[in-house]
Amino acid sequence: MTMLKIENLHARVEGKEILKGLSLTVNAGEVHAIMGPNGAGKSTLGNVLAGREGYEVTAGSISYNGVDLLALAPEARAAAGVFLAFQYPVEIPGVNNTYFLRAALNAQRKQRGEKELDSMQFLKLVREKLKVMQISDELLHRAVNTGFSGGEKKRNEIFQMAVLEPQLAILDETDSGLDIDALKQVAQGVNTLRSPERAFLMITHYQRLLDYVVPDFVHVLADGCIVESGDKSLALKLEDHGYSGIGTSQPSGAAA
Amino acid sequence: MSEPATLPLVSSLLDAALPPSGLAWLDTARRENSQAFAAGGLPDTRVEAWKYTALRALGQRRFAKGDAAAQSRAVDASTLALPGIDGARLVFVNGVFRDDLSALESLPEGLTLQPLSQALQGDPEPLRFALSRHYRGAGDAFARINAANASDGVVLRVAAHAKIAVPVQLVFVGAAAETDLAWHGRNVVILGEGSSLSLVEQHAAASEQAHLATLVSDIELGERASLRHVVLQNAAVGASLIRRSSLRLQAHAQATMHVLELGGALVRHDLQVELAGNGSRLDTRGIFMPRSRQHIDTQLAIRHQALHTVSSSHWRGVANDRARGVFRGAILVAPGADGSDASLSNKNLLLSPGAEIDTKPELEIYADEVKAAHGATVGQLDPHSLFYLQSRGIPQAEARALLTAAFCRAVLDDLPDQPLREHLAALVLAHLPNT
Ligand SMILES: Nc1ncnc2c1ncn2[C@@H]1O[C@H](COP(=O)(O)OP(=O)(O)OP(=O)(O)O)[C@@H](O)[C@H]1O
Ligand SMILES: [Mg+2]
Repeated sequence: MTMLKIENLHARVEGKEILKGLSLTVNAGEVHAIMGPNGAGKSTLGNVLAGREGYEVTAGSISYNGVDLLALAPEARAAAGVFLAFQYPVEIPGVNNTYFLRAALNAQRKQRGEKELDSMQFLKLVREKLKVMQISDELLHRAVNTGFSGGEKKRNEIFQMAVLEPQLAILDETDSGLDIDALKQVAQGVNTLRSPERAFLMITHYQRLLDYVVPDFVHVLADGCIVESGDKSLALKLEDHGYSGIGTSQPSGAAA
Repeated sequence: MSEPATLPLVSSLLDAALPPSGLAWLDTARRENSQAFAAGGLPDTRVEAWKYTALRALGQRRFAKGDAAAQSRAVDASTLALPGIDGARLVFVNGVFRDDLSALESLPEGLTLQPLSQALQGDPEPLRFALSRHYRGAGDAFARINAANASDGVVLRVAAHAKIAVPVQLVFVGAAAETDLAWHGRNVVILGEGSSLSLVEQHAAASEQAHLATLVSDIELGERASLRHVVLQNAAVGASLIRRSSLRLQAHAQATMHVLELGGALVRHDLQVELAGNGSRLDTRGIFMPRSRQHIDTQLAIRHQALHTVSSSHWRGVANDRARGVFRGAILVAPGADGSDASLSNKNLLLSPGAEIDTKPELEIYADEVKAAHGATVGQLDPHSLFYLQSRGIPQAEARALLTAAFCRAVLDDLPDQPLREHLAALVLAHLPNT
């Protein structure tokens, strides 16, 4: 079943066109890796999907489970199951991590018309999720990302993903800057959630993560478009040859 | 400041002169301050201390003199309760002492607490110094009319070495009356050598009526005395409230103040502190949150006058709608106050394009080996933080409130009384839109 259908997407940031006719289709159950040179527009795609202000879509469409995603506010997208693990998670001094996560989960549940979790139920959920994504008690009780190391911030993103259980998770370089144990945990976090109802867009520069989370499709995003799509072997090819010579073949656009 | 015609406010306040007190020195002080008020009128915005707070609109209003029916005004005492605070309490309604709402029985040993109206009937001599002051500054109009017209207030003394652990609650309530009233409160608080006191000062509303209140507090800390003072200002949204708190600290005395300014239409607080004795220390923390058309002005003036004195001040302002906040933090390190340490920060948030905050830190140093740091900022909520919260499902209005409350909370963190701290934090959150 088609979950996400991006067609001919053009987007501008600060008056500059970054996405230039990007098309991509993601079905439920699939894992897509998106690779590409620095500045190609990968994070821009993630931000447009999550609804960040200042990203102006000038043409094209994004349909998510049949609804026009671009018409929804960021919080409504989150409630509908879209999750973006930030390339640069934001520090929020003064807001307790656990409090924040519960507020987020309950805000989503409320928007979906589900019953909110009380603190006992929430605590139980947190304990369960901690088995998959180990983050220390201390981090849980600190202010959101405040003073966290780079790796701790990335783990915290995955921990949030585990608790919020999104349908479509976009991981923007979550693997960058992780030590090998953390990388394995992130991979395990993704693999645990992997299911026929969910889909993942993993933006990455490295084959490393793809050894643990084997993608169904690999795309190359360059200069605002998907210029090549293939299976996991494309990533290996990129590892050997870089981006030169990519995109000379016809972009396949939709992968499935 | 020559006023061509006497302003309605000035003439209506002068009409409310008190009857003779039976104390010659007091009557003289009242008369002279009244004359000074009549001659000086109200300061205009050319007076530096009133630069950002215009009194034009207030000057056109008239207020009836203090409330003759204050004893019978309905006030629900339960609305004045604060979590964890159940010690001595002194309550004033429309400026008048209310025995029925107060709690003065079985005071802890070493604490003397009574309304000024009673203290003047008893032994007024110890009050003579405080109550016979003359206010000579160009910006002192309200101190003058307060000195002229105040007939009630708080007289609190802590005996040397007495430790008053349970907070004493001082409550000033505005209640509905037939007409808008003006009243004037005068507080004198004296902490003996080595004593300690915890004080909670509350300004509350039992109606939304637009009364005018002035309150002048003199607080003296003897050597090694220690004061913890929390101010919760939640006056009626229509009310005008003009306060002056003057603290004087002797050697090694310590005062800590946490101030939360929420209510009032026109609010002004002059907080003047003299670090008079060697090694004395002041910590002030404050939050002011004007919204709709409120105007809240805090003027903090700290004088380091002795060796190794320390002051640390952290204030946060949050203005919404078309409200205005004003903060002036003036620190002076006088000659001879060598080795002093003065720090002041004021950070402000504007939640809407029509809101305004004017902040002005001032630092003058005339001593040696002084450590000083001060800074002020005015900004908006960080859009990255806002998006981060929204991207996790938190609606924008809630995300804004969450971030704003966190911004304010930073200055409440060191309030040791946890139930009170949580209460203040909850009031901050509730004061924000859409929560
Ligand atoms: N807020 C912004 N203001 C101005 N330019 C921006 C903004 N956001 C992105 N850009 C520009 O858009 C282009 C694409 O940026 P984007 O972050 O999407 O790249 P990326 O593919 O994620 O790169 P990387 O691999 O380095 O993370 C870059 O040239 C970047 O400078
Ligand atoms: Mg990027």
